[in-house]
Amino acid sequence: MGMNDFWKLCIKNKSVTVPAIIIVSIMLLAVFAPMITQYDETRQDLLMRLVPPQSGHIFGTDELGRDVFTRILYGTRISLSIALFPTAIAVAVGTALGILSAYFGKWADFAIMRLADIMLSIPGMLLAMVVLYTFGGSLSSVYIALVLMEWGSVARVTRAAAEGILENDYVLAARAMGVRGYAIIFRHILPNLIPSIIVLFTVNIPSSILAESALSFLGIGIQPPKVSLGLMAGTSKQFLFQMPWLSLAPAGMIMLLSLSFNFLGDALRDVLDPKRRAV
Amino acid sequence: MMAGLVRRLSGVVLVLIGVMLLIFVMLRIIPGDPASVLLNEHVSPATIEKLTESMGLNKSLPEQFWDYLKGVLKGDFGESYYLHQSVNALMTEAFPYTIRLACMAAAFAWCFGIFSGIISVIRYERLLDYLFRGLSLLGISVPIFMVALFLQYLLYYRWSLVPLTYDGSIFSLILPAVVLGWDSAGSIARLTRSGLIEQMGEPYIDTAKAKGLIHAKAVWTHALRNAILPVITMMALQLSGMLSGAVITESIFGIPGLGRLALTAIQTRDMPLLQGTVLFSAFLIALGNMAADIINTLLDPRRRWG
Repeated sequence: MGMNDFWKLCIKNKSVTVPAIIIVSIMLLAVFAPMITQYDETRQDLLMRLVPPQSGHIFGTDELGRDVFTRILYGTRISLSIALFPTAIAVAVGTALGILSAYFGKWADFAIMRLADIMLSIPGMLLAMVVLYTFGGSLSSVYIALVLMEWGSVARVTRAAAEGILENDYVLAARAMGVRGYAIIFRHILPNLIPSIIVLFTVNIPSSILAESALSFLGIGIQPPKVSLGLMAGTSKQFLFQMPWLSLAPAGMIMLLSLSFNFLGDALRDVLDPKRRAV
Repeated sequence: MMAGLVRRLSGVVLVLIGVMLLIFVMLRIIPGDPASVLLNEHVSPATIEKLTESMGLNKSLPEQFWDYLKGVLKGDFGESYYLHQSVNALMTEAFPYTIRLACMAAAFAWCFGIFSGIISVIRYERLLDYLFRGLSLLGISVPIFMVALFLQYLLYYRWSLVPLTYDGSIFSLILPAVVLGWDSAGSIARLTRSGLIEQMGEPYIDTAKAKGLIHAKAVWTHALRNAILPVITMMALQLSGMLSGAVITESIFGIPGLGRLALTAIQTRDMPLLQGTVLFSAFLIALGNMAADIINTLLDPRRRWG
């Protein structure tokens, strides 16, 4: 399926547009956070500690008197940056290696795929913990951890897809006419892979968001004073019984984000796969 | 089939050695030497030197790796910096807790996942289907700590049905097992459903229906047999994943399993302990992969004879 057909099918499909609209709205909220809230995400107000939800503080304040709603908006920025950058890098690296593996075969294929096997046989959380042990807890180490966790499965999928494309008659014809190397990769393989790449990107986003929030929740991911939704839930869990919203509200935002991306990914996959669309 | 098995086994060994090398190098590219980090600044250089030597850190990296590899082949993962016990002993102590938790979580995930997948297809595009589909999507989208905190609030604080944390009884493992199995149940349900739907479109189902078989029975007796194969593969992979330690679940509920051990290792900067748990997990995952492959070959006649 070409790109144009793909877009047309997407725009007509409600199960694509609805989650897309939710995601865009959340993005706008996060980007325009300073205009939406009058508070500062790190400013402490020790006279206003652990205030329950009320007008002016719709989710109340935390143990240092910081407005929780404001912190959720700013935490969403981190979650979104986690959703976009490391996932994009992982997908780009995975796609490049997958295509090279399929195109060159032989030892390149063997080396790349064994490396992917090695990465995929370490549980994601533990791989991330090794990275965080080495580089310390910070935003950039979480980025590195996520890229290492995700590129392997992307490479496997794109390799299989690229191999399928290489078997097509038009590729054989192009090769017979003397087209080679990068021209085949960029003119024939890559354009046909783009819809699958978009789907891979979307389905990897929720796992990135969840992994970051889990690491920060445990206190080994993003460190204060940076605001992360997982970190908020983790530090507020001591007040779970008196003020459950302190940890459940940021967790709810993570859920909303990853649910929307999961819905979007599912819908895009259905658009791409006619067999599933028909059922 | 034997030849295939041997080939796979050698592949697994290669991958495991790769994992060892990767983890070994990754844990050692940090600036500063572990011995001084461990002892903090207020000790004499002589003490640091003594410890460096006893930990084998004065040798070159390849030499250190060779020593470690020899140790692991003999089943020796070294000694923990912080807890001053052998990593083996610590892992053998922790593993039974993780096994108990993983088995209960898997039992919950598989029963609930497969059941809801089947019901979804029997009541295709009706209320129950939407309900279970929503639940399974929620299952894979909710952060695991949110499930834990929410259930703790509801079941412990509000209704006082379960203990808050693990107290040694099987009963107190029910809540952690549900928390850990939650997202696996979601993926199993989704895979069962999509596999069944695919099978329901095959001509043999039309034939069976033309001969008078009712829809629900076609799902149970015909489609399920063919749709269950990928589900079984996923089950084997999930079990090995859970066995390699559930860091979050174990830390929230205070279960002294492998995941907690890994977390302790990173919090106390205990390199041999972290290295040991990661390697052991990779070994379990490799075992799970092989099990999935063998089960698949045994269950699918096309692959058995092919």
